[in-house]
Amino acid sequence: MARRLPRRDVVIVGLGWTGAILAHELTDAGYDVVAIERGPWRDTATDFNVGYMPDELRYAIRQDLFLKPAQETFTFRNNTTQTALPIREFGSFLPGNGVGGAGVHWNGHTWRFFPSDFNLKSHLDQRYGPGFVHKDLQVQDWGFTYDEIESAYDRFEYLAGISGKAGVLKGQVQTGGNPFEGPRARDYPLPPMKMTLAPTMFAQAAQGIGLHPFPTPSANLSGAYVNPLGIAMGECTYCGFCERFGCSNYSKSSAQTTILPLLMRKSNFEARTLCEVTRVNMHPTGKHATGVTYVDVNGEEFEQPADLVLLCAYGLHNVRLMLLSKIGQSYDPNTGEGTVGRNYCYQTNSGVQLFFDDKIFNPFIAAGSLGQTVDDYNGDAFDHTGKDFVGGAGINCIPTNGRPISFRPVPPGTPRWGSAWKKATKDNYLRAFGFSSQGSSYAIRGNYLDLDPTYKDRFGNPLMRMTFDFPDNDIRMSNWVTDRMQEIAKALNPRQAVVSRRTKPYNIVPYQSTHNTGGAIVGADPKTSPLNRYLQSWDVHNVFAIGASAFPQNAGKNPTGTVGALAYWAADAIIQKYMRNPGPLVQA
Amino acid sequence: MTHDAAPPVSVTRRRFLASTAAIAVLASAGGRAHAASLSGILPWQPYSATPPTPVVPGGWTFFTPAEARAVEAIVDRLIPADDVSVGGKDAGCAVFIDRQLSGSYGSAQNLYMQPPFANGTPSQGFQSPLSPTGRYRQGLAGLDAYCKANFAGKSFDGLSPAEQDDLLKKMEANGIKFESGDAKSLFELLLQNTMEGFFADPIYGGNKDMVSWRMIGFPGARYDYRDHIDKHNQPYPLPPVSIMGNSTWVRR
Repeated sequence: MARRLPRRDVVIVGLGWTGAILAHELTDAGYDVVAIERGPWRDTATDFNVGYMPDELRYAIRQDLFLKPAQETFTFRNNTTQTALPIREFGSFLPGNGVGGAGVHWNGHTWRFFPSDFNLKSHLDQRYGPGFVHKDLQVQDWGFTYDEIESAYDRFEYLAGISGKAGVLKGQVQTGGNPFEGPRARDYPLPPMKMTLAPTMFAQAAQGIGLHPFPTPSANLSGAYVNPLGIAMGECTYCGFCERFGCSNYSKSSAQTTILPLLMRKSNFEARTLCEVTRVNMHPTGKHATGVTYVDVNGEEFEQPADLVLLCAYGLHNVRLMLLSKIGQSYDPNTGEGTVGRNYCYQTNSGVQLFFDDKIFNPFIAAGSLGQTVDDYNGDAFDHTGKDFVGGAGINCIPTNGRPISFRPVPPGTPRWGSAWKKATKDNYLRAFGFSSQGSSYAIRGNYLDLDPTYKDRFGNPLMRMTFDFPDNDIRMSNWVTDRMQEIAKALNPRQAVVSRRTKPYNIVPYQSTHNTGGAIVGADPKTSPLNRYLQSWDVHNVFAIGASAFPQNAGKNPTGTVGALAYWAADAIIQKYMRNPGPLVQA
Repeated sequence: MTHDAAPPVSVTRRRFLASTAAIAVLASAGGRAHAASLSGILPWQPYSATPPTPVVPGGWTFFTPAEARAVEAIVDRLIPADDVSVGGKDAGCAVFIDRQLSGSYGSAQNLYMQPPFANGTPSQGFQSPLSPTGRYRQGLAGLDAYCKANFAGKSFDGLSPAEQDDLLKKMEANGIKFESGDAKSLFELLLQNTMEGFFADPIYGGNKDMVSWRMIGFPGARYDYRDHIDKHNQPYPLPPVSIMGNSTWVRR
């Protein structure tokens, strides 16, 4: 029997980026907030300690900071004709765990999606005519526009001290920035990072063939910064231990480095760690939630009543909690009915590796988002007339690290062991670099999330089942962009260029991207989205689900910038609209 | 570094009920985790960091002496001694694997190991009910039986380097069957773990004297390259350091 605790105004599930932002905004507005986090408390000095953080085996290979599959995993299959099996060991994507969430171990690429990404269906219909978007694609509008969330993007960028160069400032294209981005009200808070050799060469080659390279917007700080909350961060030292690591240097933006030092001092905020929410509790009418139930690390069960429930876990876990709690109807790919689990999307990537004889790249001098990007072939930045696909990809030269258990480039045909392997490894380690495409991922009917009929977590609750393969549209897109990447590779004039194209089937083993999106998407129609434009459940008005789970489809960009913007967008709606008059913010 | 600063769980519980603004607790004492309620202050506690424990060479914690001889021979073929570097055995790769198998990696403690187990498609990934320790034990038994049956009663470490290489190539190519365990999957596990040991920080027992890092030019656990960021196309001048430091820092 769960022990019932005193009620709070707001209960937040998960204390990562979105949980910390929402908690900060709501406590500032005077509400009493408790955040429940299933992982441990984590902070820089103790948990990302400079004395032992540069440890590839522990953090990158054994995945010390991530969610352990023993705690919760997913089942997976490529399509509905297969039986889903559990992901016993995480590979393709790596969900976070603990305070700070996946925002602890991210690389720091901080993008705004294009304006056309938000009204995607209407935009494509208008530009190319109805019928151009293939009927199999469930491309949808978000229910709000880029202009409506521009200020939310700005707040996240200034919270996090993003280093970059504006491309379009108040409508004016700026030299050296991304000319394809949506208009921004002001420049980034910090200038771009210093460039290493590889992205410098990449940018020169891309520019030489008429493209528009620019410094990747980065949450690895190019200089010292004090954010609007008064929290100070330091200059990045280019150690090359970003992705899969916490930053020891207070140089990578995270909840730890931008919010928690202030949030934790507030008397109307409480964090409970090592406590796992197992369901949102519903009033018998099914119209509103009464709070959450959680189990602490010793197995004791608690009920935390609250007036407002904010799901701020990793996107996939938001979807699972909605399914387990029966908030909204589970999506059925056969009938197309139900909305929770609909439009699960991912990322469609490819790569090129280049080998040189006469260059020293020092790959270990790096940062998670130190690099250059070309957006000429991303989203709908280019004309798709006559093409057999929609969408696109950013082309990124961002050599993040030279950590040698994983990073040991050798030319194809090299044996995997023995003296010949060793010589090739020694000869090429300093003399190779790569660049990659990060492609959009558009929804199709058969890609979705639901509860698995067989496999359970350690509490006996069903695991979530992921059914996914790359849509043919996205494969065609990726192949076309990869052809363009070969043009850049040729301009770089390497000894050898090795192309890795994206192919089906999607494989859960090799790491690809922790950009799992959709499943609890926003939209204008309750028949095709479980959330309205404010990330509020259409069915249960006092539940909001904030995260990349809200993306109707994924763009060719990293999600965190947009996730941060969604957190501010939802916070404003909750404080300015919902709290004054609790109920549906949009009439179905 | 153990300490008893964390209060008993009941204090934490009372905090939930009292709902006052003060710090209650911290997470781990002697490795045991407690749920925590944190409010009113940024929690911090001395000595709560968790540095790795250095591997001490000598003896075997998981392998039997016969298994250890086979694994030492194998890592010395995967990474042979030559004019580029010492071999896998002298680099400590077998010790590394032994110690990894004795820890949470070996027991698959962090993986989802609940039944039912079924063979899936390759894209569904690893589905064996065996932990890495089980895969080594079964696989090495299979290898030993194979060698004894095909090489006049000899074990793997008794074969010539050419015979060893030939056998490893057959395992890699999935061209051989063991009575116990799967030859190809044993090979893949050995290759993965050997490379981990060769390139990981020496604190884990392999990469002795940072041999692999010197070989390729990786400076190791350095934390500040601001002096070199602008020096494009120039070799990095400093030698590697480990989490444990550098041998030149220690009086011999």
